[in-house]
Amino acid sequence: MREELLAIIEKNSRIDTKDLAVLLGVQEIDIINELAKLQDDGVICGFHTLINWEKTDIEKVTALIEVRVTPQRGQGFDSIAERIYKYPEVRAVYLISGGFDLLVILEEKSLKEIANFVSDKLSTLDSVLSTATHFILKKYKDHGIMFSEKYEDKREAITP
Amino acid sequence: MRNFLADDIVNIKPSGIRKFFDIVSEMKDAISLGVGEPDFDTPWHIRDEGIYSLEKGRTFYTSNSGLKELKQEICNYMKRSQNVEYNPDTDVLVTVGGSEAIDIGFRAMINPGDEVLIPQPSYVSYEPCAILAGAKPVIINLKAENEFRLTSEELLNAITEKTKILVLPFPNNPTGSIMEKDDLEKIAKIIIEKDIFVMSDEIYAELTYKDKHVSITSIPGMKERTLLINGFSKAYAMTGWRLGYACGPSEIIKQMTKIHQYAIMCAPTTSQYAAIEALKNGDADILEMKTAYNQRRRYLMSAFKKMGLECFEPFGAFYVFPCIREFGMTSEEFATKFLTEEKVATVPGTAFGDSGEGFLRISYAYSLETLKIAMERLEKFVSRLRA
Repeated sequence: MREELLAIIEKNSRIDTKDLAVLLGVQEIDIINELAKLQDDGVICGFHTLINWEKTDIEKVTALIEVRVTPQRGQGFDSIAERIYKYPEVRAVYLISGGFDLLVILEEKSLKEIANFVSDKLSTLDSVLSTATHFILKKYKDHGIMFSEKYEDKREAITP
Repeated sequence: MRNFLADDIVNIKPSGIRKFFDIVSEMKDAISLGVGEPDFDTPWHIRDEGIYSLEKGRTFYTSNSGLKELKQEICNYMKRSQNVEYNPDTDVLVTVGGSEAIDIGFRAMINPGDEVLIPQPSYVSYEPCAILAGAKPVIINLKAENEFRLTSEELLNAITEKTKILVLPFPNNPTGSIMEKDDLEKIAKIIIEKDIFVMSDEIYAELTYKDKHVSITSIPGMKERTLLINGFSKAYAMTGWRLGYACGPSEIIKQMTKIHQYAIMCAPTTSQYAAIEALKNGDADILEMKTAYNQRRRYLMSAFKKMGLECFEPFGAFYVFPCIREFGMTSEEFATKFLTEEKVATVPGTAFGDSGEGFLRISYAYSLETLKIAMERLEKFVSRLRA
């Protein structure tokens, strides 16, 4: 049940426990217990809303920053990653294989704020060797949702 | 002017579904639960393969019976899903949907006067196709108390010395009924004893919600006397690609290929390339769609239970078949009234045979949101009728 439950709520976190029980063919109390357990275990980390900010008047600038760092003895990349991810404006930090080490996703109100973060905070960290900043120009798809397409039933109304 | 029409064709009834289609198309804000095809788009990797084949200029006829690689993949599928072995060179024909296979399957086997047993409620084409092939259709009326499965008694009662073919439409459209292994074993015994042949339409094979689908071809002694029909429409949401296939004894496939060759040439080339990709890499897509169907199926069963509407639990396809006898209306009256008063389109059970009287086909190839609105309206409608 766990996998199917997670698959449903990953796409729709607003679905209520009554409906979940019906869809999965179990008792509502089982769903409530399982959800509580999933939160306790840190499997479910939050219930967010996917927003296409481009459709609003609110300015948001997102940047992907490639960061090359020197790993520290005994701690690898974890402690430098922590120094970076503790900043609230940092949306995500991933350790990456390949040409650089950390991918940092930053969301700010303006280009300037991102530039300031990179030059004042990120580049000045001792173990950071170099950074390369990429600005996102347009989001086509995020979290599995295509921003430009709306579902429309194209079928004939009645077919055998 | 002379009458240029063929009497046989004129005498065939147009599909009963048409009438509803006309009413619904006039209604702007109606919700339809009347569609017999998946609501999912064809998975992108399959569509992409079709597009790629066009880019590559693969726009020519294929061999009459279909691309060799596709026939091989069909045989691989039958082997891995049912442990039944077919020879891709002689036992497989790629057709324009399962529908073509039904038509030419009959035509390849029927002599005038041969009887074809057709369990109903079932898909609308078996009876007319059998008639057009010169057969005498003999209807077996399946019963709700057997969950619309075909029982050995029903089969035995229908067999005469003229019986040649039994159509086996499971998992079933419109009832959602399935035949499980022991059901099949019971009828297989009779089929072998009475020396009749089976046309098994397993187009919904991948959509079962209990155990894995069992093909009658996997029952010992049955592969030799079964024409298996399947296709890509339901499992991979590929209805518009018009691609199906038949597997069976080489003598029959050979004759079917002849009709196919003269009437069709070959199934659409683009679709065939896409279908290879579907069979090779489409298992995860099937599972994802099936999981969604199963959730909706549970939702509808729970909604019926809440409103006290009688319905056996169906374990196949994407239909539920609730009973509406308590309201003292025919299926058509009920469906028409429901449509005009609540703007929800369903299909009366009688569109699939007289034994569908008293039932309604509701498709759950719709989003949960749509089903919820429709069930709210059905509940309102039902309580109004009961008041």
